[in-house]
Amino acid sequence: MSETLVKNNDKKILLNTEPIVQYRDVTKSFGDVQILKGINLDIHPGEKVAVIGPSGSGKTTIIRLLMTLEEPTSGDILVNGKNLWKMDKGGTQVRANEKHLREVRGDIGMVFQHFNLFPHMTILENCMSAPVHVKKENKEEVRERSIKMLDRVGLGNKLDFYPSQLSGGQKQRVAMARALVMRPKIMLFDEVTSALDPELVGEVLEVIRDIAINDEMAMVLVTHEMDFALDVADKVLFLDQGVIAEQGTASEVLEHSENERVQSFLKRFRRV
Amino acid sequence: MSSNFRWETFFEALPFILKGLGLTVGLTFACFGFALLFGFVWIFLRRFPSKSIVWLVTWIMEFIRSTPPLVQLFFIYYAWPMVPGIGVTLEPFTCAVLGIGIHYSTYIGEIYRSGIDSVDKGQWEASTALNFSTIDKWKNIILPQAIPPTIPMLGNYFIIMFKEVPLASTIGVGGILYMANSYGALHFAYLEPLTIVGIIFLLLSYPSSILIKKLEVKLNTRFDKNAILKKSNKKSTQSLNLKGSDHIV
Repeated sequence: MSETLVKNNDKKILLNTEPIVQYRDVTKSFGDVQILKGINLDIHPGEKVAVIGPSGSGKTTIIRLLMTLEEPTSGDILVNGKNLWKMDKGGTQVRANEKHLREVRGDIGMVFQHFNLFPHMTILENCMSAPVHVKKENKEEVRERSIKMLDRVGLGNKLDFYPSQLSGGQKQRVAMARALVMRPKIMLFDEVTSALDPELVGEVLEVIRDIAINDEMAMVLVTHEMDFALDVADKVLFLDQGVIAEQGTASEVLEHSENERVQSFLKRFRRV
Repeated sequence: MSSNFRWETFFEALPFILKGLGLTVGLTFACFGFALLFGFVWIFLRRFPSKSIVWLVTWIMEFIRSTPPLVQLFFIYYAWPMVPGIGVTLEPFTCAVLGIGIHYSTYIGEIYRSGIDSVDKGQWEASTALNFSTIDKWKNIILPQAIPPTIPMLGNYFIIMFKEVPLASTIGVGGILYMANSYGALHFAYLEPLTIVGIIFLLLSYPSSILIKKLEVKLNTRFDKNAILKKSNKKSTQSLNLKGSDHIV
């Protein structure tokens, strides 16, 4: 009870702040298929957003656009007030170049469905590579921080292991540590438990829960774990056929929604 | 011309021909090194944002691959100096490095490409998500995964190039074939010197190819679970030993 209260208090503060991410009429088409049909969305600093919906609804595309893995067909995405995909050049807005993208996406981290660890590096090197090469931080300091982070996800005793020696759940926890060491302000989770054996899902969710409770970053979770979403998310988006069909607090969307599509989706989901 | 094989001639020709061995081997390394570097130039050009440049580069590569290296060598040595404006006369050795090197760089570029294509798409996405710069992405993530699997193929090209290097004798680079020819012309004896050339090539190519096969086996087990386990076990016993000796001290 007290935890919910704290959460609600936090939330009031959150809503008074400027959003850290804004989607403005964002659409995305692959060829003739329009995956996203006008997304408008604000994410506030520290806010935990869960994105649910049937497969093919565009859930993953939403966060891939924010991570700059895909380019929107139209519309704008603002990060810290800066337009992610467009930049000023002599007074007109042009397509962002690599330098602009790197500048704006620096606060964003992502964890992938298929982990995408670097197979030629030990897990410690996996964590250290980006802070050392991208942020040019002091190597010893990064090493210390990485070890701490790997400890936090329960892999402090496997620093010199290569990804191929780890289980799926362990790989995913390394992937989270690797993203966290960069100290992102926004973390994106793309169906991070979907590729795991069922018995390994728990350990990964536990780490995400730990991050959600103890860290101040905003989180966007694309997930099929409804109970988990209900538990950690401040806001739940239900995506259907490329539009946000319903949004609200977790309990509003997952327990009390009157939207027919939400209900039939949840029903189908719970039956499985 | 003497019609019978004579050991005397053989042993007289041997030291004479061996004088060219350094040049042949050196030229092989120079050509191979140049081709390794220039292979990256092709990769870079073919990833250019402009489509017309990519199209042009693809056709240049196709042209280079479809014409004999000997013709290219002759062009660079005899014809290039006559090209108005940009033509320059080059040393035979430089010509050989350019001619053979550029010809084989198109093949080596193709090998690089196959290695790069075999890197999982997720690796590119992860390095974007970690905000790597384009250069760091290539240097730290993509190439370290793309190149090692191609090393056996590159090794095979090294041997192929070693066998192509005698082409340079046609423009006067004094390798072993050139020396053998000179000896033959001087003494009217070709059987022994050319036999020597054959034996030298065999003696150098065959062990190299065995070495490359071994390398291939080693590389195939590089990210293999068991091989890595063995390695890390060894490491941990070593560190245990160290701790033990510390204790004694």
